[in-house]
Amino acid sequence: MSGLVRGAAAIVGAAESDLGHVADGLNPIDLMAQGIARALADCGLALRDVDGLFCATTQARTSGLSLAEYLGISPAYIDTTILGGASFEFHVAHAAAALQQGLCTVAVVAYGSTQRSVGRRQASVREVNPYETPFRPFLPSTAYALAAARHMHQFGTTREQLAAVAVAARQWALLNPAAWEKQPLSVADVLAARMVSYPFTVRDICLVTDGGGAIVMTLADRARNLKKPPVYVLGCGSAITHANISSMPDLTVTGALEAGRQAYAAAGLGPAEIDVLELYDAFTINTILFLEDLGFCPKGEGGRFVAGGRIAPGGALPVNTNGGGLSYCHPGMYGLFLLIEAVRQLRGECGARQVANAATAMAHGNGGVLSSQATVILGTAATV
Amino acid sequence: MPETQSPLAIYQAHLDRGELAYQWSPAAGRAVFYPRILCPFTGSTVLEWRVASGLGTVYATTVTHPAQGEPYNVALIDCDEGFRLMSRVEDIDPMAVRIGMRVRCRILRPGGPEPSYPVFTPVEGGR
Repeated sequence: MSGLVRGAAAIVGAAESDLGHVADGLNPIDLMAQGIARALADCGLALRDVDGLFCATTQARTSGLSLAEYLGISPAYIDTTILGGASFEFHVAHAAAALQQGLCTVAVVAYGSTQRSVGRRQASVREVNPYETPFRPFLPSTAYALAAARHMHQFGTTREQLAAVAVAARQWALLNPAAWEKQPLSVADVLAARMVSYPFTVRDICLVTDGGGAIVMTLADRARNLKKPPVYVLGCGSAITHANISSMPDLTVTGALEAGRQAYAAAGLGPAEIDVLELYDAFTINTILFLEDLGFCPKGEGGRFVAGGRIAPGGALPVNTNGGGLSYCHPGMYGLFLLIEAVRQLRGECGARQVANAATAMAHGNGGVLSSQATVILGTAATV
Repeated sequence: MPETQSPLAIYQAHLDRGELAYQWSPAAGRAVFYPRILCPFTGSTVLEWRVASGLGTVYATTVTHPAQGEPYNVALIDCDEGFRLMSRVEDIDPMAVRIGMRVRCRILRPGGPEPSYPVFTPVEGGR
């Protein structure tokens, strides 16, 4: 996304819908609409202002149609790119481009899922792959477990180091009133939990919740006149390396390497200048892989890097400050929540989990089985 | 006969004959797997079918625990001809499967509507 002008677009509104286990009968479009209403209220814009619509869900084949009809709008610009959980980081880059080109003036990015209420099998229909299905991979867990096994083999990463990621996420979640998990978690708890696909127990794996939300984006000049301080889009990057795990070139190197490179170049920043990280933690190995590929530690060192509370509250590097997909919320495609938390951290709205003086934040989305990677670097007015 | 045969159908027919087949791209000078209509390295639609030796090395391995039933192995195998596929290693405790282990292909024919598929077993003294 080298054509994007640094700081030209901003996120001006952000909100979650109801989370966790939502009321019976609510559907994903209800949750998108609820998120949009709250995100518009957050910035003081109205539904009639919205002329750019970006959304994705696994539960509606043509969610752009459903959502536009529900909202009663006919947007000038619609993008329903769906590339797994990272879809919303792709949407931010696409929305920034559309705003910059004048294709729309107020863009909304929305998500909704009721996978906990209706069941995961119902919410996300599995596609048959004749080259993988006979071996009964429990997807996505089996695929990520293969990557974790490879990382352990090549770099000596341990199950205890993987568990440290889950423990840090839980500690952050305990500071977030909106988080699903409310009880402390230890490394021993993670290791002793029910095995799903070695080396992962159920505590190495993200939650299964309902949830949704929305963010609102405008160009910078309009953003400055709205209710809250704008959060500027400083840089975006993305990469796709495969769809199925058997086609991933190297299970220990993700497309985050390339996505991060693009985003850093656009933002004119490096890893040392990022104050808050929101990394898509569908599995404990994700956080380790992304810390490496995004340059926060050398390749292979991620396991040792996260041990000892470095990414937990009070540690040197704040990562997944809302509690992450592991302990806060994971309705199937978690990417939008990375952006919401990054925005709130940069506005200083995070209460007990607030990172002091946060001026820059990274939201890094992951989709499929480490398949799609998209990075968004955000900053306050002082960084533009 | 239709002009283009399904790559999957050809692959499956080889399996039914007890063969693990893959494609070779002359333009790229390398193996292509899974079978397809064009070479992803060059875009060439010239792809030759070859039968693999069946020998390979475990690239990654896990043991998946179903809600009901026994845990089972799922592995990625690097075949000696230069392609990788998902499979499982049998005739050994699933937790004893190791990355780097040498393995040999065996075609499983479950019968009924379920198509044949390739599994692997450890090569004796193959490490």
